Amino acid sequence: MNIVVDIKNVSKAFGSHVVLDNVSLKVEEGENMVVFGQSGTGKSVLLKCMVRLLEPDSGEIYIEDTNVLNLSPKELNNVRKHLGFLFQGAALYDSMSVRENLEFPLIRHFNFTPKEREDKIKSVLEKVSLEEAIEKMPSELSGGMKKRIGLARSIITEPKLMLYDEPTTGLDPITSKEISSLILELQKSLKMTSVVVTHDLLCAEIIADRAIVLNNGIVQHEGTITELTTSSDPFLRNFFSHEIVEDQNRRN
Amino acid sequence: MKNSKTSIPKASKMEKRLTEFLEMIAGLWQFQWQFFKQIFVPPYEIEQIRKHMDELGIKTLPIVSVTGFIIGLVITMQMHPVMVRFGAEAFLPGSVGISIVRELGPVITALIFAGRVSSGIGAELGSMRVTEQIDAMEVSGVNPFKYLVVTRIFACTFILPILTVYVIFIAFIGSFIAVVLVQNMSYIYYLDSVIASVEFGDAIPGILKTFVFGFIVGIVGSYKGYTATNGTEGVGKAATTAVVVSSLMILIFDMVLVKVTLWLWPTI
Repeated sequence: MNIVVDIKNVSKAFGSHVVLDNVSLKVEEGENMVVFGQSGTGKSVLLKCMVRLLEPDSGEIYIEDTNVLNLSPKELNNVRKHLGFLFQGAALYDSMSVRENLEFPLIRHFNFTPKEREDKIKSVLEKVSLEEAIEKMPSELSGGMKKRIGLARSIITEPKLMLYDEPTTGLDPITSKEISSLILELQKSLKMTSVVVTHDLLCAEIIADRAIVLNNGIVQHEGTITELTTSSDPFLRNFFSHEIVEDQNRRN
Repeated sequence: MKNSKTSIPKASKMEKRLTEFLEMIAGLWQFQWQFFKQIFVPPYEIEQIRKHMDELGIKTLPIVSVTGFIIGLVITMQMHPVMVRFGAEAFLPGSVGISIVRELGPVITALIFAGRVSSGIGAELGSMRVTEQIDAMEVSGVNPFKYLVVTRIFACTFILPILTVYVIFIAFIGSFIAVVLVQNMSYIYYLDSVIASVEFGDAIPGILKTFVFGFIVGIVGSYKGYTATNGTEGVGKAATTAVVVSSLMILIFDMVLVKVTLWLWPTI
């Protein structure tokens, strides 16, 4: 299997607060990697370092054999064109309609004809089951709909690597399960590699092939969800018991 | 003891404010530097610039129209008794015209523009920043500084002079109505008097400085919004401080530009 993401000894601190301390991680092609951890352990920081929204203090980050930390702004943008990123709040452009949001990356980076663009927009909206929302503004959409449209915007360029920052946060359990299933479905149909930062055990159970647990800036545990949730390690037992209780509360 | 206890927090508060102020100046300087670096790099985003110019012009038109009309009317009514006192009634249209063209038109328009536009840009970009829309744009391989900031600064710089010319025209209408009301002057005499008094040289420095004012409004609003932090509170702060800082900078730069103009062309 090819390694799509290879993070080597990445460290990041904000002032004296060390958030990531020599973190290393490999993600194989077609794999769904879930990153767990308590709030403030640097999960989102790790994700943002991967696309250089934040600059790591040290280390190397390879995406398909290219060290993104050594790239010029122009070269970096070329790499970013082939990545998808779903933000926690979906980050839809407020001033644009759903159609314009989806059109935006296509117009900027590809030379599609208007007909081809329209077909692509309709196709991704169909994938997220929101064909009727095409002319709506983001303010007219619910939280779950925003996440779906955010997902549609991220996959419209057919990225090989998708990064998800808390894709189910703030959603009710049913919508959360729907979004998780949708992520899995898209990953399979588009043959994408995914890195998912989440707190949601239900979401992780649905989509994860493998997971890591970040604690105090280091990768403390790695394995499948079953291995992690059934581990006898005191930290993992404590961490997942909270998650399981929270998850059961949500399910109830 | 009591004095020393109270003076420490005051000193640290002042120190904090001074640091914030110096950081803002440095930030504005870097922002401006980045603007000039990116302005010549394609894509030029002409469509976005045109869209912003349309929006900013239309957004500001009603308020500057009313302001221009009232300024022309009120200044004329206020100056009339003074001119009568000096027996110089005939010079009323000319002196009001020079005030409007040289100073009142450009500065009042710029201040209204700052209040309306700078806060709008600050709030819009601030909200985009805290909801990660700017990050989303960056991750999608689009340069957000170019797309969001350069286009807005450019639009502000070029729309403000156009608005100023319009405001001057509206202010003349207000002034003419006031003259008719207080002096019963014919419009031909009014026009003759204005044309004889206001020279082309009066208009040029006034209009030219509005390019600088427009640039200030654009850069301060964009800087405050683009660097906003702390969620919705930060967005509100960005909008408010954008107006305060840009208005203050307009007045300071006005003072400097008037001095420079008089130094370069003493006969104007």
